[in-house]
Amino acid sequence: MIHITKRKEMPLPQALAIRLLAIALSLVVCGVITAVMTGLNPLDVYGTMIKGAFGTQRKIWILLQEIAILLCVALALTPAFRMKFWNLGGEGQILVGSLASAACMICLGDKVPNALLILLMAVASVAAGAVWAGIPAIFKARWNTNETLFTLMMNYVATQLVAYFVIVWEVPKGSGNIGIINQSTEAGWFPQLFGYKYLLNIILVALLTVAMHVYLTYSKHGYEISVVGESASTARYVGIKVDRVIVRTLLLSGAVCGFAGLLLVGGTSHTLTTTIAGGRGFTAVMVAWLAKFNPAIMAASSFLLVFMGNGAGEISTAYGLNHSFGDILTGIILFFIIGCEFFISYKVHFAKKEGERVV
Amino acid sequence: MFDIVSFIPRAVAQSVPLLFGSTGEIITEKSGNLNLGIPGVMYVGAISGVIGSFLYERSFSDPSQINAFLGVLIPLACCLLGSLLMGLLYCFLTVTLRANQNVTGLAMTTFGVGFGNFFGGSLIKLTGAAVPSIALSATSNLFRRSLPLASGMGWFGKVFLSYGFLAYVAFVVAFAASYVLERTRVGLQLRAVGEDPATADAAGVNITRYKYLATCLGCMIAGLGGLYYVMDYANGVWSNDAFGDRGWLALALVIFTIWRPKVSAAASILFGGLYILYLYIPSGGNMAVKELYKMIPYVVTIVVLVFSSMRNMRENQPPESLGLPYFREDR
Repeated sequence: MIHITKRKEMPLPQALAIRLLAIALSLVVCGVITAVMTGLNPLDVYGTMIKGAFGTQRKIWILLQEIAILLCVALALTPAFRMKFWNLGGEGQILVGSLASAACMICLGDKVPNALLILLMAVASVAAGAVWAGIPAIFKARWNTNETLFTLMMNYVATQLVAYFVIVWEVPKGSGNIGIINQSTEAGWFPQLFGYKYLLNIILVALLTVAMHVYLTYSKHGYEISVVGESASTARYVGIKVDRVIVRTLLLSGAVCGFAGLLLVGGTSHTLTTTIAGGRGFTAVMVAWLAKFNPAIMAASSFLLVFMGNGAGEISTAYGLNHSFGDILTGIILFFIIGCEFFISYKVHFAKKEGERVV
Repeated sequence: MFDIVSFIPRAVAQSVPLLFGSTGEIITEKSGNLNLGIPGVMYVGAISGVIGSFLYERSFSDPSQINAFLGVLIPLACCLLGSLLMGLLYCFLTVTLRANQNVTGLAMTTFGVGFGNFFGGSLIKLTGAAVPSIALSATSNLFRRSLPLASGMGWFGKVFLSYGFLAYVAFVVAFAASYVLERTRVGLQLRAVGEDPATADAAGVNITRYKYLATCLGCMIAGLGGLYYVMDYANGVWSNDAFGDRGWLALALVIFTIWRPKVSAAASILFGGLYILYLYIPSGGNMAVKELYKMIPYVVTIVVLVFSSMRNMRENQPPESLGLPYFREDR
């Protein structure tokens, strides 16, 4: 018979080894599947993927900036997840953040100095994201409304809100999109550091990563979040005001998502579309969870997912396949990593049964 | 003026994928599994049916010669098989390996939507077919065939009899699911598994078996929603991302109906109506306002979610152990 028991705690090197093994296995499976689809040998496939991610300097910058944005969203979700609050509304919080930034750029573009404009954009998008996450949090804290479903629905309300404003602001009328905002004046565009377009985004997210790590590990708030996450009753018993912690943490979580929206509009794309968040609100859930909510490891898991996405994009371009191929490969890798967690938390015993081994 | 006779059939056509999706998800959630992979499962169900019927139609030089029975059976079987495999994957990860359900579900949605769009976009290239797009009109005609007397019965025929057979299947499945959940022993045990697996386990209910069966069955039902969409609603034409956010709307419907499939039968038509209401509300050529109308189904769902949590009545709550893995030795 097979018997399963819970492990106490696996030493970190061993746990990492299991995860790396799972990633390696999944890459083999991905390679085989790609080879079957394209008729190439798997090694060439990996070569193409690496070329797609690191091929040119421009590709490396795009890779880094994608990692930065995804990491930023994952960092945003982390405090909520540590509290066992399933914030699946990252998508919507990014969208309203982007919307607020774009609104500032469009309405105030030529009326205020650039530095003030960027400051206003930052304040507006952070506030918008915080409000969008704060609403479900208040209901969770007060009436224990299911937050997974509430935040999920808020995504679509945000999408339609953005769709509304896209049509209001569309240029030219009837085109259905806004185009590049302030193309001629570049008002509200982030400044280029040392001539690199994405460098500021990357530095900001790097700082945020450190700040979030410090906040979660060394601050009183971070401690309260962990206690509420472990057991709400314990938290109440030791005098933590659980509902206040929930609302405060979600305001933070939404604010950082809104900040990601700011980076997307002000730093990267300078436009607003309903798909600007690009599923990052959901991908970030997996990034954060894969890293067990540890900011440093999150950088690695964002890298893995972005690398797979960009690499698979290169494969689809090179062999004329549909771009969704990347999603399939990402899905396969995720399944392997999700599955391998079992072998980290549980131990499987194979017991002998009446003389014959049953496996 | 508001043309109710043309509005209702369109609302019903919109409601069928939602009804399949929500019935499937209700059965799944009653076993305590919160399957956020339903949108992906519906894509996989749709594309599996498309692949099956694409290959079948291709084996004829003239697709209109296809055998009517096989023409329906092949896509149906492929769709059910594809969705079943997704269900098994979800169960293996969350029940056997006790992985986190939210993360597994989201990964399944990423995978499923990607799978659908990839094969939708590359099927022609992969099979080397000489057609410009996937248009399965022969198969679609079989799925869309309504009762011959419908056209002769005026408004009654239009409102009640003008649909393909899968639409009726959706309603039959919803009422059957409702009956099984509320009136049978199997339904009672399934609900027990979702409410309190430890108690059900102690009473001798096989938790793993119930979770597997309910989730796989739920996925198969949800997959049919995808098949209905592409074969009936979209006339057999696959276009990427056309299915849109209907999968998530089906999840919203689960909450809206407070986990009751028979309520879902009526509510899905309401949602279908809300989904296309913006086409009927006069907005004076103001396109922007129409985008705001599309928000209505989600806002309504949020309101229901909030009210049911405020009133806090025991029969209106989500299954108690929804989203939690069960490990017998956890105490």
